[in-house]
This record gives sequence, C-alpha cells and structure tokens, in this order.
Amino acid sequence: MSATTIRYEDVSVGDTLPELPIPLTVSLIVSGALASQDYTPVHHDKKAAQEAGMQDVFMNILTTNGLVSRFVTHWAGIDAQVRNVNIKLGTPNLPGDTMTLTGEIKDKDDATATVVVEIAGKNSWGAHVTGTVKLALPQGA
Amino acid sequence: MSLSGKEREEFEKQLEAYVGIDIGIEDASRDAVNQAMIRQWCEAMGDACGAYTAPEAAAKSVHGEVVAPPAMLQAWILGGVAMATGEDDPRDKQRELHRLFDARGYTGVVATNTEQEYLRYLKLGDRIRARTQIESISEQKATGLGIGYFINTRTRFVDQNDKEVGWMTFRVLKFEAGDQPAAAAESNSAVPAKPQRLRPALGHDNRWWWDCVEKDELAIQRCSACAVLRHPPRPMCGECQSTEWDYVFSSGEGTIHSYVVIRHPEVPGYTYPLVVAVVDLAEGTRFVGNVVDIEPEEVEIGMAVQASIERVDDEMKLPVFRRAS
Repeated sequence: MSATTIRYEDVSVGDTLPELPIPLTVSLIVSGALASQDYTPVHHDKKAAQEAGMQDVFMNILTTNGLVSRFVTHWAGIDAQVRNVNIKLGTPNLPGDTMTLTGEIKDKDDATATVVVEIAGKNSWGAHVTGTVKLALPQGA
Repeated sequence: MSLSGKEREEFEKQLEAYVGIDIGIEDASRDAVNQAMIRQWCEAMGDACGAYTAPEAAAKSVHGEVVAPPAMLQAWILGGVAMATGEDDPRDKQRELHRLFDARGYTGVVATNTEQEYLRYLKLGDRIRARTQIESISEQKATGLGIGYFINTRTRFVDQNDKEVGWMTFRVLKFEAGDQPAAAAESNSAVPAKPQRLRPALGHDNRWWWDCVEKDELAIQRCSACAVLRHPPRPMCGECQSTEWDYVFSSGEGTIHSYVVIRHPEVPGYTYPLVVAVVDLAEGTRFVGNVVDIEPEEVEIGMAVQASIERVDDEMKLPVFRRAS
C-alpha cells in the first residue's frame, strides 16, 4: 500500500504499475467467494466444480473484481477513488496456479482528474482477466 | 441437439419477449453496509487500504470516514448460503429465461464481461437495493465453447433514499454444452493441467505425415505419376489426378512467402504474439508454420528460414522455423 496517494499530475500515459503476482490457493478462492456472499457451490465445493467440468473450485467474478481493485488502489493510495471497473473474463483461476496482474496508464482526463488503467491478470493458461479501471486521483496543492 | 430453421425461428421469437423487461424481483441487502463484512472482504482479498478498516486513516483521507470497497457493490445484495441450494424464485424472469435456454439444449453458462460504475462510495449504515433489467439478447453466435446466445443485463443499485449509487452490466453466454470432456475427476495435482495445443485431426490421408514428424522427418508428398509435390497431404494430385504417391524429405530450408502476427484472441497452449508464416520450401511447395525466437517486427517477407522438428507440448512435435543463420 502506497503511504501517500499518487497525484494526478505525477502520472503519464504509458506509466506502468508494479506487477502483482497472486498465488491462487483454495483458501483465497473460497474465502473470496464467501466474503462476497457468493455461495454458488462451484466456488467452494470441489465435487460440484468437477461436475461442472472443472478440475477444482475456481475463482468467482467478485473476487477477480476485488483483486483488480486492490491491485490498482494499492498502487495509487488511500485518496484515489475507483469510478469504474470494466473487465472481460477469460481462462479460469484454479488452485495451484499464480495470477500476475499488470497495469498501464492508457488515458488521462484533466477535467475530472481521472486516469484509465489498462489491466491484465494472466495465469499459466492465459489471460484470466483483461480490462480497464477508471480512477480519480487527487490534483493540485 | 440442433434446432431446425423453423424451431429456431419460434425459439428466437420467444426470446424477444424477454428483451427490455425487469426481471421482476428486487434484491435488497439483508444487512446495512457494515464493518464486519467489509473486514472479512478485505482479509480475503488481501486489501490493506485504510479507508476500509482503519477509522483514523479513513477520517484523514478524501473519504472522510470508513467506506466499503467499491468492488463489494454486488456483495451487499447477493443471497449468501441460500445460493448453494440452487432453488429459484418463481417470479425471477432471468431464471425463467435461462431455463428456456436449458430446455432447448443451451445448458452451458459462462460469464464473459462485466462492468461496474461506482457513483459514490458506500458508508457504514447504507442500505442497498438493486433491480435488474434484461437489456438485450444477441443473435445466435458460434463461439469457442459452442453455439449460443449472449444475454446482457443491467443492474441499478440504489440507497435508502432511492438515490442511485452505482450500476453493473453483465454478459453471459448460454451455449450448447455438447460433448464436453468429462471432468478431470482423477486430477488431484497441485497445478492445473497445462492446456495442450490443438490436435490435428488424423485420418487415413495424413497420419503417415505426422508419423514422419514423430521421427523428426519433414516429409513432402509427391505424385508418383507427374512428380509434383503437394502439402498438406491429400489423396489425389491436383495436376494429373493420379492417386498414386510417395514422398521425399525436405531439407527444411525455405523463405517466408507471407506471414501474420496473431496477438488476439489468445488460445490456451500457445505463446503470444505468435508468428505464423507461409514458407516457400526449397523443394518447391509451401508450408504453414510458426516462426520462433524472433521479434515479430523483425520478420520479413523473403527472409531465409530453416525448419527443425521440435516438441511443442507433452504429446506433439511440430516443424518450427527460425531465421537461417
């Protein structure tokens, strides 16, 4: 977590965020699903996941969203405000793998002091998540 | 199961009735936005942002007080343990629509896109309600998972004062699950099985060629009557219509006739960007293969390349090309 929030004027299009590798454990997948109140069995019950054609429990979308938000706000700091998260879902996140999150500033809007961060989360199968996060940053003195 | 033209027409007419409707039920948070659920979320996500759990830090921040992580938006209205039983609310038109697809054989479901917009951060004590509309249903699409339809929904979230606090769109694909490979029930390995490359369809006319590859030989089929080379393998000569053939071995030398760089979509099992070239082999026929160990920007038409046969995954060998030294 950044101690001080990154300021709007200090970032440029093309800047990249520090990569964040996230080990995918059963504990993360299950606790993420339950913390998001998503008790759909495929996210906590291995047998149910296998009946659905997967080899093990897999991450629910809200956890993906939570991890993406964490990735961006930990870089930006406490005074950043997430305005929008727009993601496309790809390969599943399964236990034993690692998802590495990367990000790059794609756009800046001076009028609202918001930046668009393009993010990707890749595991050993390919892209689990790709998309953008819109983030308002503090500006001026 | 595939629908006939008339059946499909009738089915799609049925679907139309669902476009633009409210799903008929309101989801209301059972608990006000509260510190306990926020703390559990932050612990699960590894989110240490003080705005969510540290009152002093939150007070000094732009938020002014403890706020909920915005990504929790939907968590406030989800069903909890009741979701595990899978019982449907009979008033839920979205479930009714999904069952309509199920009955026609489109039993598979997968979420493909979601967007959330946060109009304000939620504070402790806020009470959230949500209503969902079915915005659109796509035409029938052929997808990597099978034939199916995309369903787009939009959910609006309001607070105790009926003021909108955010919205979410969701796109799911309902598809003909067909002959899915059986679940890897025996798989207990720690790491998910790595996806393999797409396998060639082997038959009487091409198996011999792949057998050669297994022996590290790049073969080219040759017409026994007119000696014209051809690739990929097929039963009849395009020049003289003879079905008699044998084969020669290629030196693997060639030049790039044309190429593409594939960046998207990424099919599991391949490394991207992927350079796929049509190579003029020295022997006089063409061959499609990957060019490796080169930056895509450096690939050029006319470039001299050399093939070698390599193992590309656990089960398959393939000729790949490198810039000739």
